[in-house]
Amino acid sequence: MSDALHTRLSSLLPPYAVTMGMRIDQIIDGVPILTMDFSDRTVGRPGFIHGGAIGGLLEIASIIALRADLGDEGKATRIKPVNVSIEYLRGGVMVQTFAIGQVIRAGRRIANVRAEAWQTDRDKPLASSWMNFLLKPKVA
Amino acid sequence: MATPSENTSERFTLAPGMPFDPSHFDRMVSLQSHSGFIGMTYRKHGPNWLEMAIPWREDLVGDIETGVLATGPIISLLDNTTSMSVWAKRGTFQPQVTLDLRVDYLRAATPGKDLIAWAECYQIKRSMAFVRGIAHDGDINDPVANVAGIFIQVEPETSARAQEAST
Repeated sequence: MSDALHTRLSSLLPPYAVTMGMRIDQIIDGVPILTMDFSDRTVGRPGFIHGGAIGGLLEIASIIALRADLGDEGKATRIKPVNVSIEYLRGGVMVQTFAIGQVIRAGRRIANVRAEAWQTDRDKPLASSWMNFLLKPKVA
Repeated sequence: MATPSENTSERFTLAPGMPFDPSHFDRMVSLQSHSGFIGMTYRKHGPNWLEMAIPWREDLVGDIETGVLATGPIISLLDNTTSMSVWAKRGTFQPQVTLDLRVDYLRAATPGKDLIAWAECYQIKRSMAFVRGIAHDGDINDPVANVAGIFIQVEPETSARAQEAST
């Protein structure tokens, strides 16, 4: 069951996420945890992860959490990012990074999702974000 | 996946207080970095603003059905452009970190088109620099995204906490 969800959500990761070394690490109670490998392509100022790469990870974690929340019925739904606000809490160092999204509300037209990213210690977040999405039916 | 480069830490870096000329960006940016990897380039700058760009690229797409660029590279472009606008205004390089960024996505970026960011630093205080900007794909009056953000200067008394954060 969880394997099928893992496969389905992994297939929804866009080229950008794959290029940046993001993948679904595990799924806990139906909620995916995303991870991003450390590589040159994530580096900002020397020794630290680029704020844009962290922002991108938070966004993908939000999108994939929303996809998991919408379930199979969400396949016919297009989700458009409306805005994002990111708080940077700590510098991201040159190790693997994790992120999880939490769907606060998924209504008929709008979804609100919060996300948090961390590295070695889950209790020491690197950054957090909130995002709003517009939900629209896919045009057949 | 790119292999970690051994020379990442040896690339040319600015020291605090050094004069800062944004037009040197293209020579300073390492290909073994996020900004270099996504193809970020300098366009132009003024006393408190600058313009940077990234190309549309298939491997940075966020929606395979439409070919629209992911929003991650837009954040990266806006982060760098707003950050450098602070140094453009100061005239010197001072280490700083992003405190927060807020991005509104006004419309999807057009597939195949370069994405251009214009950003300005509109206020500098002792610790904080306030920035805003726009991303567009050719017509600044038809923006793709709008950004507002704050950068905080890294000062000696905060470096102890930076140390804590890195362990």
